[in-house]
Order: sequence, then structure tokens, then C-alpha cells
Amino acid sequence: MRWTEYIVFLVLVVGLAWPAGVYLAQVFDRKPTFLDRVLRPIESFLYRWLGIHRAREMSAGVYALCFLLFSAVSTVGLFLLLLAQHWLPGGPGDRYLTTPMTADLAANAAISFSTTTTWQAYGGETTLRYLTQVIGLVSQNFLAGAAGLAVGIAFIRGFARERSATVGNFWVDLVRALLWVLMPLALVGSLALIWQGVPFNLAPYTEAHTVEGGIQTIAQGPVAALEFIKNLGTNGGGFFNANGAHPYENPTPLVDFLVLLAIAVLPASLTVTFGRMTGRSRAGWVLLAVMVVLFVGGLALCDFAEAATSPQLADLHISGGNMEGKEVRFGIGGSVLAAVVTSNGATGSYNSMHDSYEPVGVLVPLVNMLLGEVVFGGLGTGLYSMVMTALVAVFLGGLMVGRTPEYLGKKIAGAETRLIILYALLTPAVVLVLTAVALVSKAGLAGLITNTGTRGFTEVLFAYASSMANNGQTMAGLNANSVFYNATTAIAMLAGRFGLAALALALAGRFAAQRRLPTTAGTLPSDSVTFGALVLGTILLVGALCFLPAMALGPIAEALQH
Amino acid sequence: MDAAGVSTPEPIVVKLREHLRLAVVSVLSLTLLTGCIFPLVLFALGRLLFAGQAAGSLVTRSGVVIGSRLIGQDFTRPEYFHPRPSAAGSGYDGASSGGTNFGPSNRKLIESVRKLAEDYRRSNGLPQDATVPIDAVTSSGSGLDPHISPENAALQVPRVARARGLSEDVVRRLLADHTQGRQLGFMGNPRVSVLDLNLALDRTTALTPR
Repeated sequence: MRWTEYIVFLVLVVGLAWPAGVYLAQVFDRKPTFLDRVLRPIESFLYRWLGIHRAREMSAGVYALCFLLFSAVSTVGLFLLLLAQHWLPGGPGDRYLTTPMTADLAANAAISFSTTTTWQAYGGETTLRYLTQVIGLVSQNFLAGAAGLAVGIAFIRGFARERSATVGNFWVDLVRALLWVLMPLALVGSLALIWQGVPFNLAPYTEAHTVEGGIQTIAQGPVAALEFIKNLGTNGGGFFNANGAHPYENPTPLVDFLVLLAIAVLPASLTVTFGRMTGRSRAGWVLLAVMVVLFVGGLALCDFAEAATSPQLADLHISGGNMEGKEVRFGIGGSVLAAVVTSNGATGSYNSMHDSYEPVGVLVPLVNMLLGEVVFGGLGTGLYSMVMTALVAVFLGGLMVGRTPEYLGKKIAGAETRLIILYALLTPAVVLVLTAVALVSKAGLAGLITNTGTRGFTEVLFAYASSMANNGQTMAGLNANSVFYNATTAIAMLAGRFGLAALALALAGRFAAQRRLPTTAGTLPSDSVTFGALVLGTILLVGALCFLPAMALGPIAEALQH
Repeated sequence: MDAAGVSTPEPIVVKLREHLRLAVVSVLSLTLLTGCIFPLVLFALGRLLFAGQAAGSLVTRSGVVIGSRLIGQDFTRPEYFHPRPSAAGSGYDGASSGGTNFGPSNRKLIESVRKLAEDYRRSNGLPQDATVPIDAVTSSGSGLDPHISPENAALQVPRVARARGLSEDVVRRLLADHTQGRQLGFMGNPRVSVLDLNLALDRTTALTPR
């Protein structure tokens, strides 16, 4: 029965990827769509109001600069709002807000939401006011998600164009991502969620007089404003501490299924957009096929680990898989599917507690993030993660046949190779160095308040992997609300967002300027099964080379202890 | 000028100040659009179309809010079905969600499961080596799980029936009525809402609590 859910999900993702990918290509090529009648006037108004010149194209450098400035202003604005939140009216009384909004926490949260990481060192219901969540966080879920999509589209244009000095206009792509993609889908999706039970109110926390005569305080709020867009924009930060496990955030298996589709469909469909905009549809399908293979592999492994009774509980006469930290309505299947989709999809909205997963169960989301979230991945960012890895494969393939490597008619010479290799090395460098620093410092070890030993090691590695991948999910046993973790995870989030995007855009700029080489008998075909296998092998090989030692100290060592 | 793919060389050099102004204005304006207008529209539509859900699916009895259909609450008396253990605050704290976050090798987890399983067997009159469903001895991720598995509920039937002076068949029938299958036939897990079932029991036996 679990596999029925998995298979239906995967079929829907792949099936929807085609229409969605075609639609995205229409939107960003500024071709007609069925929403134009409604949205064109709003678009024109916004351009006039903001002073955007829609025909003015940008070089990759200016595009990256605009992305950076937009994110920087977002961060500063959100930081100030977080610090000023106790002046905002409405929402939970001060006695419920037990986590103080310190400057380091506010800075970490601001960076976290403006980079789509939405790593949370706090619990929503004990820290934030309703208006902070709506004005500050809902907006950033939209804006940061749209900005990521814009960068992904600019990256594609690098392959689609030739002899071009430009890759698009950031502000135009941003506005169109919001109006044509995120806002309409979020409106429909959010309404479906309210229908299924996700609340949207501004009431104070409810005092319920329980059936047995006790008092239960039930946190309320404008949950539905956040719930759908946080997944659609591949952000993932929860309204409540328990995130997608909370029954108000995720009341039914249908809601869970819908938000997981929201995470995966658009990033998957960008492979189709990529194929369409470059005129090499089959190359896009090959990338999607590689994603599907990796997705199924992770899913099978995680399912295998979680569906068995923990070896530690073997002699206690307990029946069933690992339900610690999981909700009955999702069961093992819905929890494992969410763990795999959210960790692939740069979205931190887990619906079960990964810190309570079996060692092999937690290995899967960890590896998904460390591989750079190439499977579907973040909105826009996942596509360039996958293509950059494919370029490493092209480079290796070129070495094997002894020709200058090329991909979709773009030549990969010295400068391009340097960008690709830097991209591949940035994640392991940042994650492993920060993990090492945390493990040799008192401040880092102070975070291990729940679990120790190999599991504690995995918690720390997981935190930096998640920050660097702009994912935001956590093994929540780690107490990350300290100056040390707020600062170091922020470094990883910034490197993961802007370091990787800058390298990807730099490469796109170089490719846009090149002319397209004709395909000859000596060209490594980029649309064959062989090429797909080469990409798959490269992802696994590079991932293993970088992270196998760390895995051996964490989840693998833990698995072998029992 | 709107044609796709046409790339004109950049007419201006990098004007940092111009782009900074655009960044400030667009963050403010688009925050207004997505962080104020969008939520207001959604708020109005939610109120209009799904008022009960928007308000938190609250359950009232004789005019008093006794909880939410979606949020688990604690039951300890023998005449009620019991929910799962909870790590939210001091247990089913609706303002402090969360799980234990104990890893599978954590001694605290193993000890707690051992003790909870013993308690469960004792309170339900089960033999020492009876197999206990995993959801009865583990905490959920939210600490507010409103459901238990049908297997867990079935083992509690004799205890509840005895405490209420009902036949087990009556209780079992109520349980069957309140067992939800997988949504659309394949999503999630079969489950029993503890609050719904207990309220139905109270209606059946007119045993009004204190």
C-alpha cells in the first residue's frame, strides 16, 4: 500500500512536469498564456509603479547583482521586522512567546527566509506574532522562491542563447514568476488546504476545556497563508515548531500529498523547460530520468529502514515500523515520502522527526541534501544543481574520449571548467569545515542536548548540510539557537544561496556569449541512456568521494552498532 | 520589444544606485502584494467558504470549546480510549508542539518504550508478552497526534467496555464507525480519531463527565 502512494506520486510528478514545463517556458519567453488577460494589466502596472524597463536586458553579472541586492534588502527588512515584532498588534499573548527574539536569532531567521532555507532555530508558536509570520515570512516565501526561479531561468538562457551578452532581466523574471506561477497556484492550493482543515484566523490561542476536565491551550493563527507557498516556493519553514507534523499545518494525508506535489512538480518541470528553451527536449528528459532513478533509490532505502521494527526494540514485543516522531495519519509511507521529497526538494517542511529515524533512514535525507539537491531540487536552483553536475560528467566524458568537452553545443574550456569544479567543491568545503569547527568547539558541542555519539555527529553534519543546501530541515534534537549555530548556519546558508548562484550565473553568461557548435560524429550525445548513466555515476562518485568519510562517522557507524 | 529570445546588448553600465533603488522599492511593493493583499484575499475567501476549518475546527459541547477535531488531547481515565504518548510540552500542550527527537539508540527512548509497553499491557489487561502496536508506545512528531491506529484502539476495547458497563460489541461497533480508511484509498494510514470516538462513547452512554 505504501508503494501505491509512492508510485502514484511519482507518476503525477512526471506526468505534470510536461505541461508545467511548457507553461514555464511560455511565461519566461513572454509568449501568450491563458492567464494573460487577467495578469497583463497587473504586470504593466507593476512595471510602471516600480520603474522597471521590461526591454532592458542584463548581463549575467548585473543579473547576479540584482539578485544579490534584492536578497540583501529582503534580509535587512525582515531582520528589522523581527526585532520590532513586539510592537505589532494581535496574535499570541506575550506569555506564550517564551523564546526571546535576540539579534543573532533575528539575523539568522532573516537570512534563512530570504535564501529560501527557512532553517528555524526557534519554534513558531513560542516565538513569533501572527503579523510577523504573515507580513514578514509569507512574503519572503513568495519573493525568495520567485527570485530562485528567476535565477534558474537565467541559467537556462545561457544555454538557449548564442552570441548574446545578456541572460534576461531579473526584475521582469521576478515579477512574472510571482504573477504567472506562484501567486495563482498558491491561491488555489491554499484554499484547498483550508478546506481540508488548515486554519486561517487571527484569534488568540484557544483555551479549551477538555473532555476530562483539563485546560488545553491551542495555538491558532493564519496558518493557511503560509502553508502552501512555503512548499511551492521550496522554502519549508513551519508556522509551528513541529512544522509539517503539526495537525493544523498538515491535517490530512491529502494535504500532505498536495504539498509534496507542490514541492516536486515545478522543479521537475524545469527540466522540460530547459529542454524546450534550448531546443533539446531529449536532453531535458534525460536529466529528469536521472532524477527519477535517484529519487526511487532513496525512497526504497528509506522505506526499508523505517518500515522495520527498530533492532533496539526487538525484544520488547512491539509490532510495526519506526513510529517515534511520526504521525498515525501519515504512517510510515506518508512520512518516508515526505522525508525523501523534502530533502530532495530544498524544502524543510518535514512531517516527521528525522532525528528519530533509523540510521539508514536518516542517511537518505542527509545524502539527498549533500548531493546538492539535484533530484528536483529547489525552485530554479535544483535545475542548475543538476546541470552543473551533468557538466562534471561531460568534463569526465571529454577526458575519456580526448576531445574538448561540450554540452548542448556549448564548449567547456578552461574557464568554464574552473567554474564547474568550484561549484562542485563549494558544498563539501563549507559543510565539512563548519562541521569540523562545531565538533572541536565547546559552543558547537553545547548544542548536543538530546542525543550524543554518532547520532550527535549526524545532527551537526545534518544542520550544515541543510543550511548549505538551503533546505532548512533539521534533526531537531540539536539545540541550534545559540550565537555559534546562528552565525555558522547563516554562513552556510549565504554560501549555498549566493556562492552557488554566482558560479552558475557566471557560467551561464559565458555560455550565452558563445556560439553554438554544430553536432558532429565526435560530439558526446547528451540525450542518450549512456549519458544519463554517466551523469548518475558522476553524481554518486563525486558524492561518495566527498562525503563517505563523514557518513562513516555518522549514520553508517550508528547502523553498524546494532 | 517583447519578442522572446531577442537579446539586445545592455544599454547601460552597471548603475548600482539605480538597482539598489529598484531593490528597495520592489521588496516593499511586492511584500505589500504577497504579504498583505494575498493573505487578506485568502482570509476573506476562507471565512466565506470554509468558516469552521478556518477557525481551527473547534469542537463545542454545551457551548463550551472542548478542543479541536484536529488536535489531540490527553485521556487517562479507563472509560476513554487513550491517545499516543506526547512530547508536546508536558503532554498534549497545544501551544508547544514537538517530538522527543530521541534517536533509536537513545537509552531514554528504549527505556520509555519498555515502560510504556508495560503500562499499556497492565491497564488493558493483556498478558506480559502480548504484542503492543508501536504507535501506543511512541510519541508523535507534533505531540498533538489526534489519531491512534485501529490495532491500538481494538486492544483498548475491553477496558473501555468494562469501565462503562457496555458490551464489547457495542464499543467495537462504535470503533468501526469511527475508523477512517486511507484517504482516496491510497494516501496515508487507517486511523481512529480519539476525540471523536470518545465523544461518541459519551453520547452513547450519556455518561457526562464531571
